[in-house]
Amino acid sequence: MISQIIFALLLATAGYFIFKRYQFVKGNILLGQKGPETDRKGERLRTMILVAFGQGKMFSRPFVALMHLILYVGFVVINIELIEIIVDGLTGEHRSFIGFRGYYRLLINLFEVLAGLVIIACVVFLIRRNFGKIKRFQSPEIKQWPKRDANIILITEILLMKAFLIMNAADSLLTVRSATPARVPSFWVSQISQPFLKPLSTGALEGLSHFCWWFHIVGILGFIVYLSFSKHLHILLAFPTTYFSKLQSPGNLSNDKAVTNEVKLMLDPNAVVEPVEFSRFGVKDVSDMQRTQLLSAYSCTECGRCTSVCPANQTGKLLSPRKVMMDVRDRMEEIGNAKAANNGVWVEDGKSLIRDYISEEEVWACTTCNACTDACPININPMEVLVDLRRYLIMEESKSPDSITSMFNNVENNGAPWAMSAMNRADWTNE
Amino acid sequence: MDFKIRTMADCLAEGTTPEVLFWVGCAGSFDDRAKKITKAIAKILHHTNTSFAILGSEESCTGDPAKRAGNEFLFQMMAMQNISVLNAYEVKKIVTGCPHCFNTLKNEYPELGGNYEVVHHTQLIQELLNTGKLKIEGGEFKGKKITFHDPCYLGRGNGEYEAPRQLIQALDAELVEMKRCKTNGLCCGAGGAQMFKEAEKGIKEVNVERTEDALAVKPSVIATGCPFCNTMMTDGVKHFEQEHTIAVKDIAELIAEAVDL
Ligand code: SF4
Ligand code: SF4
Repeated sequence: MISQIIFALLLATAGYFIFKRYQFVKGNILLGQKGPETDRKGERLRTMILVAFGQGKMFSRPFVALMHLILYVGFVVINIELIEIIVDGLTGEHRSFIGFRGYYRLLINLFEVLAGLVIIACVVFLIRRNFGKIKRFQSPEIKQWPKRDANIILITEILLMKAFLIMNAADSLLTVRSATPARVPSFWVSQISQPFLKPLSTGALEGLSHFCWWFHIVGILGFIVYLSFSKHLHILLAFPTTYFSKLQSPGNLSNDKAVTNEVKLMLDPNAVVEPVEFSRFGVKDVSDMQRTQLLSAYSCTECGRCTSVCPANQTGKLLSPRKVMMDVRDRMEEIGNAKAANNGVWVEDGKSLIRDYISEEEVWACTTCNACTDACPININPMEVLVDLRRYLIMEESKSPDSITSMFNNVENNGAPWAMSAMNRADWTNE
Repeated sequence: MDFKIRTMADCLAEGTTPEVLFWVGCAGSFDDRAKKITKAIAKILHHTNTSFAILGSEESCTGDPAKRAGNEFLFQMMAMQNISVLNAYEVKKIVTGCPHCFNTLKNEYPELGGNYEVVHHTQLIQELLNTGKLKIEGGEFKGKKITFHDPCYLGRGNGEYEAPRQLIQALDAELVEMKRCKTNGLCCGAGGAQMFKEAEKGIKEVNVERTEDALAVKPSVIATGCPFCNTMMTDGVKHFEQEHTIAVKDIAELIAEAVDL
């Protein structure tokens, strides 16, 4: 009875933390402006199924894609077992679903195979990340917490899978010794560890099985709470992020509607325009961004595929598109935390995304080549964030490198980015 | 030029409607190197009896460099002015000599009231080839190694990787791909208004990095489809002092040479 109460309390605590975190993240995303991305639902659904569910963009690197797929399928499928664990925990039974016999056996065998594969994939990833010479895992922005985050998750996954396998092996042995009411057969993967457990006494085996059960469930609950604080939120948020991702040609940089209205009114003071809500031209802080952009920052996996293909980054410039997305998320978290500490009221802290997080030097290094978005496995678009920051610098602060200012002047006065006269445009026809 | 190139205004005065408007672009109009590309395109259009006209002094910057540098205001002003000119001439189809003009006219103008069929010059030339209006004999480039540098706004921006490649193959040349090509192609470093400013502090120029990719496949020609890429790659080739062995040329120039225009 006691253990059932403890279990129920644990479950409730985890639920509470997850709910709190959900509200916090949601609140931060709602800091942003409403985006227009609700059109073309069918195409959006298709993109989501292809890119998030089908992991369509991962396969440009087939080996990593396969390893990642194992973790992903493992995560989804093995967690079906959670249902039994929760039923067991609340009823005080052990292996409540064993009555399904053949099905049960098949399912657990499947889980075990996946668990074995997950362990292999985690070990491969740990080695790659920590000892491999992969440049995108060495950038300054993922040195400390992000690196630890990745390692914590991988090691926890290995431990959880191990616990699951050892519990199965112990239960199978106990069944052989007729020491348990549940008749647990031998399973494909866990039988490998049976010989190691054989020397243990029946009491020790029971203890081990119990320990593993608790370790597994506490681990999983902790894991899920932890996920929501880490880059592993992408497991969930990859879906809405790809759903809301851009459907136009990647080259199409959306026209700012607020500007369209201004220009229309300037050309014709009697023009009829549809008013749009906006905070300011361009983006100074996360609250000027669209909610869908903020959502995408929360789902960034910090994989660095974007940075590894960025021409600016590859040639030693400060700009890293991954850092751009991480900065957006960190700034949201900062604002969210400050609000939470102040009864939900936001007091200006004198900081902003531009300069305090992303420097002008980074903003101006982008060639708008679209390589980052193309490489991102979940269609995140760091380039648009950079252009939005430029829009703020130019349209609100009139701040740009001198040569850019003179380019603007030329475009405005001569209709060309150089100091050339429109009258000479067709000179080539006479040459 | 040894034939007359008409402007839309000329056509209007004559009461004719050209099939396609040739949008020359700023680089194509003013940059000495890019003008050669412009002339090659014009020669191909003329040679294939494509009825075309230019806007001449009525053409303005599409606003692309302003937009990508964050000056949305200036961009939309330019766009709306250009759209009123284009719409006044009832333009239906546009061919551009530059992927940036192509992308902007094709993708960003419709929402502001400018709806046209827009093609890049390599796409139009491909069409001329496929419909038999243009016949290419490989002679001059037969067996030569040509590599193609994908302009970002033609390739990744708009998904056109095949038209330029098909044209290179039509030259009977050996098309060699750089290790980073098509969707993985590396930018030349000019986009996003970088052309008009100094690069930020780093360890290398982007065009040098990209030229290394090209040199690694030992081509005799680096082909491009963009006047800005052309400048960047030409500078890169000079950086490695290879300008006497490797030519940087636009696809249109290669075709014009092959057809002996
Ligand atoms: S669009 Fe900008 S940030 Fe993205 S890869 Fe290209 S240069 Fe880097
Ligand atoms: S933006 Fe995309 S590619 Fe870049 S680190 Fe995040 S998930 Fe990876």
